[in-house]
Amino acid sequence: MHPGKANPILEVEGLTLSFGGIKALTDVGFEVAPGSITTVIGPNGAGKTSLFNTISGFYKPATGRIRFQGEDITATRPPERAKLGLARSFQNIALFRGMTVLDNIKLGRHAHLRTNVLDALFYFGRARHEEMKLRQEVEERIIDFLEIDHIRHMPVSVLSYGLQKRVEMARALAMRPKVLMLDEPVAGMNREETEDMARFILDVREEWGVTVLMVEHDMGMVMDLSDHVVVLNFGQVIADGTPAEVQANPEVIKAYLGSGDVSELRQRLHQPLAVGA
Amino acid sequence: MRIGTARSSYRHDESLFDSRTQHAWLAVLAVALLGFPFFADEYWLYLACLVAINIASTTGLNILTGYTGLVSLGQAAFMGIGAYTVAALEQKLGTPVLLNLLAGGFVAMLGGLVVGLPSLRVKGLYLAIATIAASVVLHFVFANWHSVTGGHAGITVAPAEILGVSFDTSFRLYWLFVPITALMVLGAANLFRTRIGRAFIAIRDRDISAEVLGIPLLRYKLLSFGLSSFYAGVAGGMWAYFFRVVTPESFPLIMSIFFLAAVIVGGMGTILGAILGAVFMTMVPEALKLIVGWLPLSADATLILSPVRTIVFGALIVGFLVFEPLGLQEIWRRIRRFFHLWPFRA
Ligand SMILES: Nc1ncnc2c1ncn2[C@@H]1O[C@H](COP(=O)(O)OP(=O)(O)OP(=O)(O)O)[C@@H](O)[C@H]1O
Ligand SMILES: [Mg+2]
Repeated sequence: MHPGKANPILEVEGLTLSFGGIKALTDVGFEVAPGSITTVIGPNGAGKTSLFNTISGFYKPATGRIRFQGEDITATRPPERAKLGLARSFQNIALFRGMTVLDNIKLGRHAHLRTNVLDALFYFGRARHEEMKLRQEVEERIIDFLEIDHIRHMPVSVLSYGLQKRVEMARALAMRPKVLMLDEPVAGMNREETEDMARFILDVREEWGVTVLMVEHDMGMVMDLSDHVVVLNFGQVIADGTPAEVQANPEVIKAYLGSGDVSELRQRLHQPLAVGA
Repeated sequence: MRIGTARSSYRHDESLFDSRTQHAWLAVLAVALLGFPFFADEYWLYLACLVAINIASTTGLNILTGYTGLVSLGQAAFMGIGAYTVAALEQKLGTPVLLNLLAGGFVAMLGGLVVGLPSLRVKGLYLAIATIAASVVLHFVFANWHSVTGGHAGITVAPAEILGVSFDTSFRLYWLFVPITALMVLGAANLFRTRIGRAFIAIRDRDISAEVLGIPLLRYKLLSFGLSSFYAGVAGGMWAYFFRVVTPESFPLIMSIFFLAAVIVGGMGTILGAILGAVFMTMVPEALKLIVGWLPLSADATLILSPVRTIVFGALIVGFLVFEPLGLQEIWRRIRRFFHLWPFRA
C-alpha cells in the first residue's frame, strides 16, 4: 500500500518542535494509509519518540498540524485523542506497576465506559454489567489473542521485560484503537519474543483491522513488516516510501553510517531479522 | 486450610469476597458488630462510635491520598464543614437526620472541589500546604460567620431524632453510625472495582500515561477530592451528632494529621488499611491510658506518665513506618497467607 491512494487515516504536516535550543522536529510531514503498517526509523536521538509524543498530545508543536480521520486534532488534549482511537505503547514501558495485568488492560477501556460515580459506589446495574462485559471481552479477545492467560492476575512489576511489552500492547488494544502506535515494540527482546511480537502486529492488522504506526530499530523486522517507511534524521524526514525504496536511498544509508562502508550496510539492511537495535 | 480458589465464572472472580472462608469471616464480623452493644459498657460504646466516625473519614482520605496519590491535610476542616452544615440545619430548619448528614457530605464536597482545583498544577508537599491554607481559611470562616456558625461559641446540636427515637446515648448512636460507616466503606470498595477507581490509581502511579489512556486528569483529581471530602462531611455530621457541640476549635490541624497518619499506618490505598489505621489511631492512645491505669502507681506518677504515653504512641507510629511501610493490612495479609496454607506449610 502506498500513501496517497486511500484517504490517509493519520496525516502529519509541517510539525516543528523544539526543547530550548534543541530542534527535535523540523517541518515533519507524512501520511499513514488506513490498514497499513507504517514505520518510523532513524538513528538515536532523531526525534522519533518526540514525534510520537506530539501525535499523542504530550507536546504542543510550535507549528504544523495533525489530522486524524480527516479531523484536525492538533489542539485537542491527550484523553480526547485516546477516545477518538489513537492508542500507544511507550519506549520505556508505562504500565501501572502496582496493578495486576488484568487491571492494567481494563484501564485501556476507560474512555469507552459509561459508569459514573454513583453507579460505581453502589456497583449495581450499569457498573456491574459493564465490568462483566469488559472482563469477558478482555479475556476472550485480548488475553487469549496475546497469549497472556497465565499471568492475568500477576502484578506487572514481577513480569519480564518482554511480557511487560506484551501487556502494554494488550492495554493499547483495549482502547479500541483505530491507529495503534508502538514505540520500539521489540527493543530488548530475544529472537523468539521478537518473532512473537512481529506475529502479533501482523495479526492485529489482519484480525482487528487496526492501522499500525511504529518506531523500530530492528531493521529486519522493519523491512519484513512495513508497507511504508518514514526515515527521520536530526528531526527531519529524509526519506519516505516503501521498504525497498528506502533501502536503496543513499541519504538513508549515509544517515545510518555517516561516512562508513555503504555496501556493507546495504547488505545488513537486506538481511531479515538479523540486525538488533 | 482454605480451599484453593476455583474460579467458576468471571462474576465470581470479580466479586469483593470470593471465597467461602471470606464469607464466613464476614458473617462472624457481622455477628460481632450486632452483639457488641449488648455486652459493652458506656465507655466502649463511646469508643466504638468514635472509631466508626474515624473509619468513615479515614476511608475518604484514603481515596484521595492512598489511591489517587494527592496528599491532603484538610480532612479535619472538611469534617468541620459537614459538622457545621448538620448543626446549622438541625438548629435552623430541623430537617431529618439522614438528610442533614447527606447535606453535610455535599457541602463538604463543594469545599473539596474548590480546594482541589490547584491539584492539577501542584503535587506532593505543595498540595499539602495548599490544603493547610484552605484549613486556615475555613477556620476563619467558622469563627467569624456568626449568623450561621455562632462564632467562637459555636453551635449546640440537639440529639439526632429519627421516627421519634432520640439518639442521645452511645448505645443508640452506635446503631446509626455503624451502618452508615459500613455503607461508606462498601461504597469505597466498590469504587475500585470500576473504571473510576482504576483511573484514580492510574493517576497516582503515572499521571502522564493515564492521560494517554483517555483519563482527563483534572476531572478525576477533582472527583477524588470531591469524594474524599464528601466522606469527611458525612463523618463530620456524625461527629456533630455525637459530641453535640461544634466550635471552630473542634477540627484542628492535628486532627487532619491524625487521619493522614491513619491512612499511612493502616496501609495506603487499601480498603482494609483505612479501617485498621483508624482503629489503631483511635484505640492505641486509649489502650495506653488503660495500661497506665493498671500500673500500681500513685496519682502523681500517673500524671507524670501522661506525656510518656504520647511519646510511646508516636514511637509506635514511627515503628510502623520503619518496619512495616505497607501498613497494618500487610501484617493481616501475612497472617491470612499463613492460615491459607496451614497446616501444609508454615
Ligand atoms: N523532554 C525533552 N526535553 C528536552 N529534550 C528532549 C526531550 N525529549 C527529547 N529531547 C531531545 O530531542 C531529541 C530527540 O529525542 P527523541 O527521544 O525523540 O529521539 P528518538 O529518535 O526517539 O531516539 P531513540 O532512538 O534513542 O529513542 C534528542 O536530542 C533529545 O535529547
Ligand atoms: Mg525514542
